[in-house]
Amino acid sequence: MDRSRRVVLKGAGAGGALAAALAAGLLKPGSALAAWNKGAFEAKNTADAMKALGVTNAAESKDIQIRAPEIAENGAVVPIDITSTIPGTTSISVFIDKNPFPYTGTFDVSQGALPFVHLRVKIGESSPVRVVVAAGGKYFTTAKEVKVTIGGCGG
Amino acid sequence: MADPMKIRATLQGDVADVRVLMAHPMETGQRKDASGNVVPLHFIQTITAQLNGKTVFGADVSQAVSRNPVFAFKVKGAKAGDKVSITWTDNKGEKRTDETAIGAG
Repeated sequence: MDRSRRVVLKGAGAGGALAAALAAGLLKPGSALAAWNKGAFEAKNTADAMKALGVTNAAESKDIQIRAPEIAENGAVVPIDITSTIPGTTSISVFIDKNPFPYTGTFDVSQGALPFVHLRVKIGESSPVRVVVAAGGKYFTTAKEVKVTIGGCGG
Repeated sequence: MADPMKIRATLQGDVADVRVLMAHPMETGQRKDASGNVVPLHFIQTITAQLNGKTVFGADVSQAVSRNPVFAFKVKGAKAGDKVSITWTDNKGEKRTDETAIGAG
């Protein structure tokens, strides 16, 4: 908590980087995806990826439904349906905690799409699938464990 | 040039249910080929969808998305005959755009 504040303060001190980030829409959760967030995609654990994305204080929520198989027979193709019933949902992000690079993607639904997305992912080993929803400047999260019997990273 | 996407858009009330299948290897950079060489990263990074020319859905994704990715999303305020166009860009800068018209549910 304290630490992230310090980072922000430091950024602001260093020549209004915060203002620049705000202007670029980087800190506005769910606004038009600015640039492919290399730092987040290359993070090796979920916490670092969330930090790179600026996700803080994500509250556990029961208003996000993840539909995914309990046991995936083939980790190379695991279908996931995500629906958010949180009012004002702007984006949906997916993290697979135990994948080599957990951050799987962000779906921007702020421009006329309903807060729903279906995707198919590779899951290397049994792992929680964590979803972070941005709504009204706040973050909400939930997770669902998916067991994998055959890894998805062997191709 | 990559193969065309298969896009299906059907109408339920004023909500278009859009499903898209993209032809792409989605290499993770971890797989080795038959001779033991690592197959380099090659994956779709960004996807945008437009309804009649206006962006309605976007995504940034990683190599963890399955090969020949399938995505589905729903767009409000659509009518039969509206044009849905979807574009992807991969990490090698390749791009592909395909378009379809929304069919009646």
